[in-house]
Order: sequence, then C-alpha cells, then structure tokens
Amino acid sequence: MTAAKRVAVLKGGRSLERAVSLRSGAQVQEGLQRLGHEVIGLDAGERLVPELLELGPDAAFIAMHGREGEDGTVQGLLEALGLPYTGSGPAACMRCTDKLLAKYLMREAGIPTPGFHALREDSIKELGAAAALAPVEADLGFPLVVKPARGGSALGVKFASSGDELPGAMVGAFSYDSTIVLERFLDGRDLAVSVLDAPAAGERATALPVVEAVPREEGFYDYESRYEIGMTTFVCPAELPPETTARAQELALAVYELLGCHGVARVDLMLEQGSGELWVLETNVVPGMTETSLLPQAADAAGIGFEELVERILSSAFTR
Amino acid sequence: MDDRRRTRPAAHELTRYEALFAARTRGMKSSAMREMMALTERPDVISLAGGLPDTSTFAPELYAKLMAQVAAEGTARALQYGPTEGMAATVDCIVEVMAQEDTLVDPSEVIVTTGGQQVIDLVCKTLIDPGDVIVAEAPTYPGAVPTFSAYQADVEQIEMDGDGMPIDALESTLDRLHEQGRRPKFIYTIPNFQNPGGVTMSLARRRRLVEVARERELLVLEDNPYGLLRYDGEALPTLYSLDAQAAGRGGSSDLVIYLGTFSKILSPGLRLGWAVAPRPVLEKLNLGKQGADLCSSPVTQMFVAAYFGERDAHGGAAWIDYVQRLRDLYRTRRDVMFDALAEHFGEHAGWTRPQGGLFIWATLDPRIDTTDLLALARNQGVAFVPGRAAYVDGHNGASSMRLNFAGVPEADIREGIRRIGKAMREQLGLLGSLSGGGAPAGAGKRAQSAGGEGAAATPELNAEDASPTREPQPDAGDSTHLADVVALPRRDEAPSARRRRDR
Repeated sequence: MTAAKRVAVLKGGRSLERAVSLRSGAQVQEGLQRLGHEVIGLDAGERLVPELLELGPDAAFIAMHGREGEDGTVQGLLEALGLPYTGSGPAACMRCTDKLLAKYLMREAGIPTPGFHALREDSIKELGAAAALAPVEADLGFPLVVKPARGGSALGVKFASSGDELPGAMVGAFSYDSTIVLERFLDGRDLAVSVLDAPAAGERATALPVVEAVPREEGFYDYESRYEIGMTTFVCPAELPPETTARAQELALAVYELLGCHGVARVDLMLEQGSGELWVLETNVVPGMTETSLLPQAADAAGIGFEELVERILSSAFTR
Repeated sequence: MDDRRRTRPAAHELTRYEALFAARTRGMKSSAMREMMALTERPDVISLAGGLPDTSTFAPELYAKLMAQVAAEGTARALQYGPTEGMAATVDCIVEVMAQEDTLVDPSEVIVTTGGQQVIDLVCKTLIDPGDVIVAEAPTYPGAVPTFSAYQADVEQIEMDGDGMPIDALESTLDRLHEQGRRPKFIYTIPNFQNPGGVTMSLARRRRLVEVARERELLVLEDNPYGLLRYDGEALPTLYSLDAQAAGRGGSSDLVIYLGTFSKILSPGLRLGWAVAPRPVLEKLNLGKQGADLCSSPVTQMFVAAYFGERDAHGGAAWIDYVQRLRDLYRTRRDVMFDALAEHFGEHAGWTRPQGGLFIWATLDPRIDTTDLLALARNQGVAFVPGRAAYVDGHNGASSMRLNFAGVPEADIREGIRRIGKAMREQLGLLGSLSGGGAPAGAGKRAQSAGGEGAAATPELNAEDASPTREPQPDAGDSTHLADVVALPRRDEAPSARRRRDR
C-alpha cells in the first residue's frame, strides 16, 4: 500500500451521467478514506481548476463519466496543472470516447467490431450526405443501431427497424452529438471485460473475469437499468465456455493496448447469438464505481476487494 | 482504518440485497420528473419543467407575522404531534376553500395530508393490489406515474381531447375490462386545467362521468389542485359536488374521492393537501396515513389556519385576494407563452389553450422525440417535461411536452420558448434533409390519434388550438423502440464546484 496521499476525487460535472458519477465518486471517496488517504471530493463545476490549484492534491482520482471526465478534457487540464491523475491520458481518452475513432482503429487492427458507417450533422447540409443513407442501409441492413459517436451511456442509442424509422432515430441521436454511428445490429449476450494495469510496472495488464449483463425485462439494457440495482442481473464470472472467456479477455487486452489505455478500462463486447462470434462494441476509460457497476463486481470475482481496486487505480496516477 | 466504519458490501453480496427488495421495487424506476426537478435548481437554466407556482409573490412580512402568531398562540401545539386526520382549524380552512368552488363538504369527511401527492399514495395504498386496474387520462400527471407503478397497478390510459377524457372511450375501456372480468379500482382524473394536458373536462362529460361511476359503482379520484386558478370562462362544478347531488345524501358524495391542496393557492413548501372521501374509504386512508407519517406537520397546519384568519382592508378574506393576484399574474404569463409559442413554434406544433392552471401541452412533429429534444434544449439552458413522463408505458407521448408558464417570469418564458423553438426547428430541418424532402416532412401536420391503446403517441388535445389545422398523418402510429426517458443530472450538491471535506 502506498503512503497516505492527499487525493482529490473529481466527480459530478455536467454530463448526462452526472448522477452516476456522483455515486461513483462517493464510493471511491469512502474507499480511499478507509485506506487512510486524505480525501477531498470535488463536484466539477465552474471553479474546478482554481480549486485544484488551491488544494494542490498529490493526485486527482477521476470519477467523472461522460463528457469532460472521459473525453480527455479533464485529463488535459490536469496535465497542464502538472497534477498526477488516475487512468488513461488525453489521447487514449479521445480514442475511446469517440466510438467512431475507436471503431476505425479496431477495424484497422483487425479487432472484430460490428459493421458501421458514420455521419456528421454538418455533412448533411453541406455535402448532401443524406444521399449516402441508401447505400448505408443496403450495407448494414435492418434493424440497425444509431448512436451518438460520443456519450458514455445508452442515452441517445436508437434502433431503427426500417428505413421509415431511420430519420427519426438519427435526429434523436444527433441530439447528443454532432456525429453519429450507424451500426449493424447484433443480437446476443452483453459482456464486459474490465482491464487493470498490473501492480508491478513492466508487466502486462490483467483482464478481470467476464461479467454478463442480463436485462431483467424485455428490451434494451437502458440507462436506468444499467445503474439501478435489480433492473439488470449481473453474472460474474459469466457462464461461458472457457475458450470464449479466454477469447473475450484476450480481445479486451488487445483493445486496451491498441487504444493506449492506462490504469483501468472496461471493454464492452457482444457475444453474437448463433455464430458465437465475439464483437467489441466500445471501451470506457472511467468505468462506473457504483454498487452495481461492472468493474467492482469483476474485481471482486477476481479476489480484488473494493479498497484494493481503488488503491490500484490510484497508483496508476504515479506510474504514467 | 477505522473498523467501526461500515465496510462496503462486496459485489457478490449485492445479489443478497436484490433478494431483499420487494417485488414492487421493480416498477420503481427513477422518474424523469424527479431528475428534471433537479435541473430546475440550476441558476443558468430557464426551467419550464417544474410544477411550480410563484412563491415570490407571497409577502415576507406576512410570512414572518404569521409564524410569529403561530409561536405566540401555540408553540407547544405547533411542536407537538397532531391528530392524523388533521387539526380542526385547518379542516375549517379546507371547507372554506372548497366552498369557493361551490362544493360543500362535511368537515368530518376531510383528512389533511402531506401534500396532494400523499392522497394519491394513500388511495393506492388503500385500494390497489398488484395487478389492479386504475383508469387514468392520457397524458396523466407525471408525478402519479411512479406512484401507480410502485403499487404495481395496471394503468389504462384514455386519450383526451379538448374536452378532457371522452366518456364514450372510458365506457368502451370499462366494457373491455368487464369482458376480461376486471373492474378498475378507481378512475383518476384531473378535470380542471389538467396536468399536463391543460384541458378541462366539459360539464356534459362531468355529468356523464358521474353517471357512469354510479351505474357501475366505481370510485373516482378527482384531483383538483388548480380549480381556483381559472383565468377565463365559467367555473364548472366539481365531480364531488355533482356526485353529492346525485347521491342526495345530505351533500356527501359516495363515489368521488376529492383531492385538494394548498400548494397552488398558497405554497407547496407547506406540504399540505387533503382528501374528502366516503367514510369507509376515509377510515382506511386514515390508517394508511398513520403508518406513513402519523400526521401532517402541525406547524404548517397552524400557519394555514392563521393565514386564513387574515382580513383585507374591506374585511374580506385575504387569502381570496391572494388567489386573485395569482390569477392575474398567471393569466398574463400564460398569454405571454401563447404569444411566444405562436412566434417560435408556429405551424410546426400544436398546443392546448388552458383556461387556467399552470401548464400548456405542446405536440410536435411525430418523428421528434422530446426526450432527445430535451438533451439539445438543456445545452441551450432551457428545460421542459418530455411527454413520455405522462404515460405509464414511458413510450407514448414521445412527441409532446409539458410547459409550465406559472412559475417563470415573462422574459424567461419568451426566451425559453424561443430556445426550444430553435432546437425544434433544427431537428425539423435535419428530418427534412434525411427524409429526402425539401420542407420538413410531417411538419405542420397534425398527428392522428388512432384511438386504440398502443397506437398513436400524440393526443388530440389541441381542439381549441389557434394554430393551423394539421392533416392526419398515417405514420403517426409508429411506435419506435427508443431509449427510455432521459435521466438528467441530479443536483446533489451546489451548482459550482464545492469542496467537501469528508473526514
């Protein structure tokens, strides 16, 4: 265990995931306190940077989800302030948070990710991009998923089962970001593999046990069910053939390295029904730390208690 | 480490908690409404989302005087528990308020509650077993939705038109339920300036609703928070008074449970409402309330009693003057919102023209989901309640929104509507481009309400609408499988970064 530190836990902010972030932050604060650290919780707002300057903490623990906390904004600021911080650096944050960029990078690297096309809002007006819809539909088929390129949660994720539904779904997704991803719809099981850096420098990061999220009710694993106890059943370790587990973990590590993550990340995958293929959907650089979040559950299944988990993430601030 | 501190439950223990939760918690989703209320606390957001009256019009000097009076006349009583059914002096005020709506009640049939919301909760607690049917209007009060869900009620929503709930549609729903061997436990209605629809049930329908309730022996929960806040037109009799007439039993209704509140005519911060109910129901409500909170706050009950004792310069009741001031204020604000809607929504939307209350219900192009629009609007510093919050299934009403005009100054109403209108037009422009048409397809057309449940998302509330009539649109019935109601950030803490030093 490292010596006691003065740690600022950054949480809240103005993203749509504020509520979750506040809960993650509160859990992290408790964990850090139990570890004997001096903890200051900061709700990220207009005075965040001046407050950080006044406080001069030894490190910042980032528990902000979504925009600003996860897209490299806060990370870039902390670099400017010369403050050590947990998790990935700005570039990795940008690569992961931008689902489109992440998917291009994965495709180039040969990591399986569902077929997709992208559309920018301004290209519709300025380049007549609406005319590209027909070929996109032909390529991806229906149903398809429309999602904002950035935005950490299921907010704004739409399904279109036919061409008639597509414009509405796209306009909905454009409400959250000016770039959207149209993605082939996969039916299957939702898996998540969290990755933690090894405690010792130079060793390869560890993939934690696979978690499966089983929606309790019909339909979609939505924003609310993701964070409310009882709306989703989590199975950890997921009941999978050993080779599927190994493959999922290997894919998660490959994505983690490809995108240049540091400290911790959670990689979401889909195990396709029928084909049994694994597909990587996205990577979260600031995984939730609430009671129902997947990372603490996975760590627990690996015999890593919450405090050890928090300590390991904290140490990533000093190993960059 | 301090070992007295509770240690965090290990993740695998969570399933144990899950096993402890009552089955009804599965229906208890975080409500968009509650999350939305959090938004209204942000100073930089113009919130048209809340159900707020304007409490800034209440004179601070009067508040101070009344509180001093409560202290002088009854500190010990104010600080003590009170009777579950409420204090007699407060009940007298309630009788006085209801008399203003020509509704005479027997004080012994009144129970004082902690806000009108508690009446909804207690009525459900008293009447609803899991799977029981409640018939409600569509859209319905968004704050009732989580309550109905928590009691695992099966809610049948009846699409309203400009005259409120169509009773023939109610009857066919009742017939259909009857064929299934089911009988609703109660019919929930807000007859005056409905929340969120803004429409008022016509006199003919009120009479017919009471007849239907009597023919079929059904209870009606009449939620009437805004009855006294009428800005135009003639007041209509309450369902309670109509049923009391029909019952002919010395003025008491035997099928209507009446819900009233001081929230809109005085203050929601007092948390005082009431129910008037047939005696057997009342007794159960009373038992339910004992279990819930023993009694409503004597401090605020005594405040109300003191307030109702205030006289104006002419010896009249000062509370009635205050209600008149609110009417004048809200009427002006409503008209400002009408004008702003005409200017900024124009032909692209329809909206109701409430004769009172706090809310206007606007319905946009059927392909616009107002939950998504809210995400855009929020970035522009304005909030409203997305229509889905008023539907129990969380899907219908997707193209509508509830707008509060009462709690917001005129300049903010204009600016707020301007911002929403701008966001809406951006979406329409995009839809137009994506649909391959020049003009935004579907814009300026009225969404058709197909009548049957699960059909059209858009209610025909715009009967009195001044905006151009819109054509029926065949694709309005498409129910899209969109993400559930947006959850907006909770403001647990101060708006700006606040340092919190935890031990």
